[in-house]
Amino acid sequence: MNKSTKQVLAFPYIIWMVGFTVIPLLMVFYYGLTDRSGTFTFANVMAIMAEDHMKALLLSFAYSIVSTIICLLIAYPLAMILRTRNIGTGSFVVFIFILPMWMNFLLRTMAWQTLLEKNGVINSILTMLHLPTLNIINTPAAIVLGMVYNYLPFMVLPIYNVLAKIDNNVINAARDLGADNFQVFSKIMLPLSVPGIISGITMVFVPALTTFVISNLLGGGKILLIGNVIEQEFTKGSNWNLGAGLSIVLMIFILISMTLIAKYDSDGEGTAF
Amino acid sequence: MSQPLIDLVNISKSFDGELILDDLNLSVKENSFVTLLGPSGCGKSTTLRIIGGFAMPDQGKVIFNGEDITRMPPNKRQLNTVFQKYALFTHMTIAENIAFGLKIKGKSKDYINDKIKYALKLVNLDGYENRSVELLSGGQQQRIAIARAIVNEPKLLLLDEPLGALDLKLRQDMQYELIRLKNELGITFVYVTHDQEEALTMSDTIVVMNKGYIQQMGTPEQIYNEPENAFVADFIGESNIVPGIMLRDELVEIFGAKFACVDKGFGKNKPVDVVIRPEDIDLVDPEKGTLEGVVTHLIFKGVHYEMEVTTPDGFEWLVHSTDMFPVGKKVGIHVDPFDIQIMNKPASEDEEAVGVNE
Repeated sequence: MNKSTKQVLAFPYIIWMVGFTVIPLLMVFYYGLTDRSGTFTFANVMAIMAEDHMKALLLSFAYSIVSTIICLLIAYPLAMILRTRNIGTGSFVVFIFILPMWMNFLLRTMAWQTLLEKNGVINSILTMLHLPTLNIINTPAAIVLGMVYNYLPFMVLPIYNVLAKIDNNVINAARDLGADNFQVFSKIMLPLSVPGIISGITMVFVPALTTFVISNLLGGGKILLIGNVIEQEFTKGSNWNLGAGLSIVLMIFILISMTLIAKYDSDGEGTAF
Repeated sequence: MSQPLIDLVNISKSFDGELILDDLNLSVKENSFVTLLGPSGCGKSTTLRIIGGFAMPDQGKVIFNGEDITRMPPNKRQLNTVFQKYALFTHMTIAENIAFGLKIKGKSKDYINDKIKYALKLVNLDGYENRSVELLSGGQQQRIAIARAIVNEPKLLLLDEPLGALDLKLRQDMQYELIRLKNELGITFVYVTHDQEEALTMSDTIVVMNKGYIQQMGTPEQIYNEPENAFVADFIGESNIVPGIMLRDELVEIFGAKFACVDKGFGKNKPVDVVIRPEDIDLVDPEKGTLEGVVTHLIFKGVHYEMEVTTPDGFEWLVHSTDMFPVGKKVGIHVDPFDIQIMNKPASEDEEAVGVNE
């Protein structure tokens, strides 16, 4: 394939990138850094310092960190178990975990709303069994549950992928050289799976940090995350400038988080554990 | 030296209902180089995994240095394994790979550093301490895998087809390297391969396996010159295996011609299999030979000519000779008595597999 053919083939992707990434991003920056009359200002960005906004941002961080940790704690042992199963069973269980992802994200979250409601499915069953009812709808617990449920597959898959790639003989070699089960885990499995853990964390943490649907549906609109604040500025408040300004702040925070995680990866490979 | 270093007693093992090893007995003397040789699926790798502790036998015992280690996990066994495709730790440097076993045993930093230096020198890779494993060639990775195992000073080193992934030239170099290492270290080697040439070059003792049974065990010379059954004769090198009748001690009839041989004790007029190596057949003038035939095929192989001589009964004899006989020429076949190897005919396929230990 010669150079000009390659350029022709790259063209649709360039259009795509410019049309759907670069231009929207520039628009966000334009709105975020101007006021309604189009004058340049930092006010929209600095608005994050307002008490309400700062609280929402910190709350978002807290919820997404908790959710990411819970996802990691569930996903890692699961991926370890799946690894030891033969390929057929392993991929079937992975398939079961991915299956919900084929359904609409909104529907899945609304389903949880119905399940968790005061007189919802779960509580009806609990009442029937004369057990105490579960009242977590519209609480932080429900939001974290929604996040974990929705984003767990994104943690399982990358970790399972790196673990499944580890040659059994590498583990046998470690045992052969005297490592007990814990040492095999801490010195071999864990360090070799760091890349999977990193991408799992990224794929759970970022969407959890920016979500507004989960907090809307399962938090009953009472708990405002930074995603909700931004959404409301665009939909209810019609203040696009403020919404865009806060979006820029959120983007910067995500960038910082990702840089920190990536740095930990390159430093940590092989020696951190 | 009186008791064997490793003793496998009545080992049986099956996977998914398929019998891999059937009542296997094997003793390995200290300081020997024993090779388990056989086609894939013959049970040789399973035998090695049982010694290493990565597979449990269904029945039988593994005795190491007089101690029963059948149920002992691999990390407690005083032996090390060099795995197929090396199984190096890719997230560690070469030095960290080699130090792995020593660190776990809690050796001092100085001791470990000395050992790393020593081991790298031994495998001709001094100065490679801080390189990454992934940048090494296959041969180098293999040397690191060996270094990683021997720094632990095992009494026994298990090698599972360690040269299988290397190209021919490198494989030959590594064969000499392994013999040198074994002699320098004084460690007992149990080596698994399907490559008969590798086995003949390196071993003191070859154990030929097929279908979960030991077919024959002996020195490379014994295995090559005196195969006990058709499987061994066929698997080790090229050979002519022909049906014959043992007329009496030291006389065998092949295709109606009488050959003098050196074997005794088969009884009279007993059907047997006769093994004659292609290089042991002398082609002579038709009237001087025991059997008469016509050259039907001729290939120049470099060291020798490879010929096929067809005798009137239709059998095609494979002959290696430095003398050339053109296709179509009538020749006589002569074989010296000590070049004829007589084997009992197997009564059934099972017997072919079993009845060789006695």
